[in-house]
Amino acid sequence: MESILVLTHADESGSALTRHSLEAVTAGKELAARLGAPLMIGIVAKHANRAASAVLNAGPRLLAVQGEAFAQARFASDAAACEALCRAAQATIVVAPQSSRFARVMAAVAHRIGGVIDTHITAIGSTDSVEATRWFYRQRIEAVITRTARPWFLLLDSGTHEPYCGEEGNAQVDEIAIAVELPALRTEVTGFRAPQQGAQTIRPDAKLLFVAGAGWTKKQPDGEVHVEEAGKLILGFLRASGASLGSSKSLVDQGGEGASVLPFLTHLNQVGQTGATPRHAKGLSTCCHGEEPHVVGWRFIGERRAISLDANCGWTRGKADVVYIADAFQVMAKVNELLAKS
Amino acid sequence: MNPLQIVVCAGIVPDPLQTLEPTTGPNGPGLKNEMVLPAVLDPWAACALYEAAALAAKHPGSKLWLVALGPKAKLQQVMMTVAQKVAFELVPVDGPIGGFPDAHATAAALASAIESIAGLDRASLLLFGGWESASRGAGVTLQLIGERLGIADQFFGVDEISLRDDGSFEVLERVEGGKHQVSVCVGAPAVLGWATGNLAEPRNNPQVGMANMRTIMPALQKAKTAALDANSLSYVSVSLPKQQRTTHVEKNLTPDEIAAELVAWMGKDS
Repeated sequence: MESILVLTHADESGSALTRHSLEAVTAGKELAARLGAPLMIGIVAKHANRAASAVLNAGPRLLAVQGEAFAQARFASDAAACEALCRAAQATIVVAPQSSRFARVMAAVAHRIGGVIDTHITAIGSTDSVEATRWFYRQRIEAVITRTARPWFLLLDSGTHEPYCGEEGNAQVDEIAIAVELPALRTEVTGFRAPQQGAQTIRPDAKLLFVAGAGWTKKQPDGEVHVEEAGKLILGFLRASGASLGSSKSLVDQGGEGASVLPFLTHLNQVGQTGATPRHAKGLSTCCHGEEPHVVGWRFIGERRAISLDANCGWTRGKADVVYIADAFQVMAKVNELLAKS
Repeated sequence: MNPLQIVVCAGIVPDPLQTLEPTTGPNGPGLKNEMVLPAVLDPWAACALYEAAALAAKHPGSKLWLVALGPKAKLQQVMMTVAQKVAFELVPVDGPIGGFPDAHATAAALASAIESIAGLDRASLLLFGGWESASRGAGVTLQLIGERLGIADQFFGVDEISLRDDGSFEVLERVEGGKHQVSVCVGAPAVLGWATGNLAEPRNNPQVGMANMRTIMPALQKAKTAALDANSLSYVSVSLPKQQRTTHVEKNLTPDEIAAELVAWMGKDS
């Protein structure tokens, strides 16, 4: 018989579970209900008692690793914590969020306890056996997989489940605490760094993804490049709309090749084959050809629109819902005017 | 600071401009015409290779190995291009191509290849690779190799490393929300799974290419074969996503009309 352990971790405050962790709790609960399997929840946090309050009623058994050492997202301490939780729970299926913190350690944890792991899971099904859905070749091929080996670790992509929202309670952390023998810690997390000064342009919770392509820095009909104007239009739109900014690789790469660049763009903004695959309800592409290496990053964008001067660009070939054949400079200036009025 | 010992793990993947179609053969799923599809070095792993070469160049006496698993013929084809970029010593492993073999088995084969590198000082090892591949895209192979090699400091989504004179280094890893987590590690051994880094692709240098090929060809001839165990992994289905979009191409609207339509669309609940 299967048993399910959901591993969760706290956010930067150290005392509240991340939204992504709560999504994993939902997935674990659903799977446990379908299989009739017992559910356990494991927590890694600086203050596990406070973090546990959000999931106190989600499962019959809570386990936690807490303390100052677990305030930092660091391989050695997080791997030791998750290993201890897994050994204590003895679960056959381990569900965890595909967060940067857990993605860094969970394969090592699976290896340590003799398990197997699959990541970037977008759905977990179960009929006779547990089946997981994931993408291959950068979201170009979808597969459903299963394994007989146990324990089986499944890392869930964010946005695939609703975050668990249950009645809060008071967890008695002494009753759920698991002791961890830490190895010598050779790494210290010293902080966080935003990639550029000024406005944060990557907003994972935004409804709209706005993608800027290399066309913004190319010569315009007057024979000149207008990078400064492009930057103002894009930043103005981001401020007014609250959208998240993505970019094609070619535009970001221009910075390394000495060409005119938009100063607020970094590789972190890159969407596509060698970039991110964000999840947003809507996406608007501008000055971008919509070729396959770029569009694979749009797999989880709901409604897609594009503005392009090229009526034969990739977006027009079944990759966008609506393509406007127009000059993005002119259109976005008008969009900004309308947003300012409203 | 002592010379560096850097091993870069890099797979080969179909050129991203190629159309991919899954098929099922006697050994499980694969890609149609996989062996004739043009291949490239995995993009994120290529970034790792360029970063490694830049680091090695700054520290005289450093050594750089490229460990790659794939069919020998495909490896040779890809190396003809990669070898012109930066200087390295190839450690090839002759094995299956593609994203469908199990990551645990791939990691075991690569770890074994690294353990067999003559003259590698494991205590000074910086193990590089892409944080995910463009084929399986699991982001676990490098981590599993590190675990097999007993390396207790691992970093993923790396965009920058700054080495200090005492051997310690500061590393920037991508985390949620478009930020970097900054960590300081006391030094090697460590695993660094690279994102894009900050370097542009080096220009082809035929002299570097010729020097590399002198060792690459003999290494390919002597490459050990790895059979990858499925580790109980089985595929229920493998398919292309359904083409769901009927694109409406709007050519006749003015910028004002398009702007009005876009603002209304943005305001609507999807």
